[in-house]
Amino acid sequence: MDTIIVASLVSLGGIGFFAAILLFGAAKKFKVEEDPKIDEVNEALPAANCGGCGYAGCRNFAEGIVKKNSLDGFFCPVGGNTLMKQIAEIMGLTAQEKEPMVAVVRCSGSFKNSPAKNQFDGVSSCKSAHMLYAGPGGCPNGCLGLGDCVISCPFDAIKISSETGLPIVDEEKCTACNNCVVACPRSIIELRNKGKKNKRVFVSCINKEKGAVAKKNCSAACIGCGKCVKECPFDAIVLENNLAYIDFEKCKLCKKCVLVCPTGAILAVNFPEPKKVESIDKKELVESKREKIETPNPTQKNMKNSEDNSKESNSEKSENPSQNGALKKSDENNSTKKELSMEER
Amino acid sequence: MSILKTFKLGGIHPKEGKLSANSPIKVFPLPKTVYIPVSQHIGAPATVLVAKGETVKTGQLIAKGEGFISANIHSSITGKVAKIDEIVDSSGYPKKVIVIDRANEEIWCDNIINSDPNTTKEFTPEEVKQKIREAGIVGLGGATFPSHVKMSVPEGKTAEYLIINAVECEPYLTSDHRLMLEKGDEILKGISIMMKTLNTKKTLIGIENNKKDAIEHLQKLSKNYSGVEVISLKVQYPQGGEKQLIDALIKKEVPSGKLPIEVGCVVQNVGTAFAVYEALYKNKPLIERVVTVTGDSVKEPSNFLVRIGTPIESLIEAVGGLPETVAKVVNGGPMMGKALSNLSAPVTKGTSGILLIDKKEASRKIPKNCIRCARCTMVCPMGLAPYLLENLTNRKLFESSEKEGIMDCIECGSCSYTCPANRALLDMIRVGKSEVNTIRSKRVKK
Amino acid sequence: MGQSQLIISHSPHIKGKDSIESIMYGVVIAMLPALMASAWFYGIGALKVVIFSVIFSVIFEFLIQKYLLKIEPTVKDGSAIVTGILLGFNLPSSLPIWMIGVGALVAIGIAKLSFGGLGKNPFNPALVGRVFLLVSFPVEMTSWPRPLDTRTMLSIPDALTGATPLGLIKEGVAKGEPIAEIMKNAPSHLDALFGAIGGSVGEVSALALIVGGLYLLYKKIITWHIPISFLGTIAIFSGVFWLIQPEKYVDPLYHLLTGGILLGAFFMATDMVTSPMSKLGMLFFGAGAGLITILIRLFGAYPEGVSFAILIMNAIVPLINIAFKPKRFGEVKNG
Repeated sequence: MDTIIVASLVSLGGIGFFAAILLFGAAKKFKVEEDPKIDEVNEALPAANCGGCGYAGCRNFAEGIVKKNSLDGFFCPVGGNTLMKQIAEIMGLTAQEKEPMVAVVRCSGSFKNSPAKNQFDGVSSCKSAHMLYAGPGGCPNGCLGLGDCVISCPFDAIKISSETGLPIVDEEKCTACNNCVVACPRSIIELRNKGKKNKRVFVSCINKEKGAVAKKNCSAACIGCGKCVKECPFDAIVLENNLAYIDFEKCKLCKKCVLVCPTGAILAVNFPEPKKVESIDKKELVESKREKIETPNPTQKNMKNSEDNSKESNSEKSENPSQNGALKKSDENNSTKKELSMEER
Repeated sequence: MSILKTFKLGGIHPKEGKLSANSPIKVFPLPKTVYIPVSQHIGAPATVLVAKGETVKTGQLIAKGEGFISANIHSSITGKVAKIDEIVDSSGYPKKVIVIDRANEEIWCDNIINSDPNTTKEFTPEEVKQKIREAGIVGLGGATFPSHVKMSVPEGKTAEYLIINAVECEPYLTSDHRLMLEKGDEILKGISIMMKTLNTKKTLIGIENNKKDAIEHLQKLSKNYSGVEVISLKVQYPQGGEKQLIDALIKKEVPSGKLPIEVGCVVQNVGTAFAVYEALYKNKPLIERVVTVTGDSVKEPSNFLVRIGTPIESLIEAVGGLPETVAKVVNGGPMMGKALSNLSAPVTKGTSGILLIDKKEASRKIPKNCIRCARCTMVCPMGLAPYLLENLTNRKLFESSEKEGIMDCIECGSCSYTCPANRALLDMIRVGKSEVNTIRSKRVKK
Repeated sequence: MGQSQLIISHSPHIKGKDSIESIMYGVVIAMLPALMASAWFYGIGALKVVIFSVIFSVIFEFLIQKYLLKIEPTVKDGSAIVTGILLGFNLPSSLPIWMIGVGALVAIGIAKLSFGGLGKNPFNPALVGRVFLLVSFPVEMTSWPRPLDTRTMLSIPDALTGATPLGLIKEGVAKGEPIAEIMKNAPSHLDALFGAIGGSVGEVSALALIVGGLYLLYKKIITWHIPISFLGTIAIFSGVFWLIQPEKYVDPLYHLLTGGILLGAFFMATDMVTSPMSKLGMLFFGAGAGLITILIRLFGAYPEGVSFAILIMNAIVPLINIAFKPKRFGEVKNG
């Protein structure tokens, strides 16, 4: 018995020793010399491998920086300016500051605004549906709501709302990595400036059809009337192919365009509650106040708040005497619907 | 009994459902308004020539196909152009249409002969090509590829065979079947014109064996035409695919990514042959076509001779309206047709049938895990591995799927039809194909 | 336009009749003749093994999916029943019930669900269960009740056990006896055809298995490629050895009729999940399994090698799938 134990100990030990020598030799011989800076930069990176920088993963990004020895054209949207500063320190370079960005969904074709005319049956893929038809609401540029953006997001920052059928971006989680922008077959999602205190004003529509056609499919479509262009004091809005676009570099967040938009296609998000509320019924007021008290900081329930705000802007609009009656009605409908859903929650 | 010819790889045999095979072609009454899309073919949309308020005669050119791969569009009724609008057509997207309100009296364009011409005029090949182009003829099997392009054999190639696609392998559709029974002579005249133009000695008409009467009828008639042979084929889907039909008839494989002329063939649909006849002997442009309106719960499945631009809902009205049980309306056959999102979409040159599908068949079943039964690879007529292509697309490995031949897919739907796990294989393959296309165009740019 | 919403989807708009359920229940039907034959020769014991095996498999699948994986149980698709029957078919009719439970747990829990459920398992679950039992409980797994003795009895007497024909031969050859001597004690070809031999529950009656296999072929649930190449390879290789040394090796027909070869050829090697995806690959798969089976039978330690052969071939199916792609239409070489 003993001999067996000894024999096996010796032979196993021998094999182990031999393998160790082999590995040691191989490690010495085939060692790849690498700039230690790559590792350093790589360590600093968030390791999300989202591809938002345009490189195939964080390591690739680090290699790129070290190889070029420059930060030109390199920006990690996840880490943002602080991270770039850190990398600049490692590299002994200076980083260029960039405005933080956030993904913005430019479609208001909710179930309410753009009621479904057809029932889609098939793979839950926007790309597939995009090849098939214009979409349930009939808008050829509208959100299909099948969640290609949700799947593409590596940060779990985008969700499809079950109430509206539209994607909701969680501004806290969103890193502006651009993945959803690429994933959307209709290019609805855009990266925009995060803005001061997350305040943003944008046209929530990309439909280039003629006003009447667009309006037929979606009550919140941009009809290309041009009112906002005239109203804007900063020349920040351009109208092209029946579609208004707000240049976020120029926009000063004055919200004048929001007030004149006849369809409510321009959204202003994360603005504080308007101080004077006149013609809104009491219940809504109470409701929104409660909402405010519950969430004093806008971080947690950002999206809810932004919805809230958009609603607020809608209601504000309905005070506007230049409004035409029918639209007012539909807007009120909108806010009451949101109101109801809020109660359900 | 001799073994009937068919293609060698894959294939399925769905239930035939040719309900309207015995109902003769009825001339559909002229609609009050027609919506004529300017893009009814593969290639560049035609340029509109008329303006709002203009009066047009039947057969008048209203949009001109510019560029080689494009086709002319003619007014299918006499009346006044109401507007140039956009309407959701069978593509599912809003497309430019010319809306024409019908006048009380129909006036045909001067040179159109509306009776039986009974002439045996001879035409030069150039004349034929010119006339086919002028008449706006496209492949009437559904692909709507401009016919004059196919008729122009490229330099250095010879067309050994003219192959007439009368397979009609799509279940339910009977428009070609009825056309062969009722317009056999005209079809054969059209064929002989095309043969002369292409300078081919041999024409093969492939017909599936479930249309025995049409086979007999054409066989009888074709005795008067030299070089025309009618071949009866085994019923097997997708035999109407160009490549499959060539394989079935002359046992030659069209190489991947190449056109049939590579193996010396020109394939034309039987309906196209009829349209060629009408264009040459009657000067009649393509303004009407035979459309099957059918479905399991349709009271009177019918075949209509319909003017292009007629709203599809009026066709459904004519067969007794949309039955309660119907949940899906398909433009074309059940295997490759497109589901309609809008019933006011017009009949176009490529509309071979309108199929009403009942609720119980309209929705898909819940997909489950692939059980690797290999049925999809067994039925794929192109010898692809659909399960693999689906998988690669799901994993976004588009480059490997290109290597696996995803672009060879003819989108016949045999894989999705046959999958026991109810997987939407073709849906994902389509996504993959479009991605590969983007990758390819990027590559070209580089 | 109608009031009701039209459904819109990609083509094709019709669907064939095949479903996972139809395939699985088709396999169940095809296995009934073998089950009946087994019940005839082994009595209640055989039925008991199969029924318990099915019950355990279904229950384990249900419990694991519902409470461990927290997904909608897929018991209804019939795949657990098939696994259960196949596992039962691969066990001796005298096996204690708790061992059947262990086998079913390994088959369903480890070989099937831990890989992601039906369609994702690389190995045939029933065979994994069987092999697990075979290496864990070698004695119980190789004591075969003698067929005709037990027919009339309702209980399974432990004493009355015999060897399988292959076991007899292996033993005899090891002792150096000539084949002709051994065959005198072993069951005849005819016995093997009908099933009056010792062995696992499902493998005894060659005739019943062939009937079931033909049913599967007729229903187009399986294709001919795997069974034919499997059986063909076995016939050829055992035939070669038999022709060279007829006194040492038994004839090919006896090989085909005994042991699990027919069960394996028609029901286990053809398991869609674990077999290749192209016709050429299937032929290769069948031939490989046949070759390994014969090698184990003639030269290995076990008298029977079908289970191991199929499991080994299962392992290389992904490679086969890469090596043997279906022939593409109009494929352009080099470019």
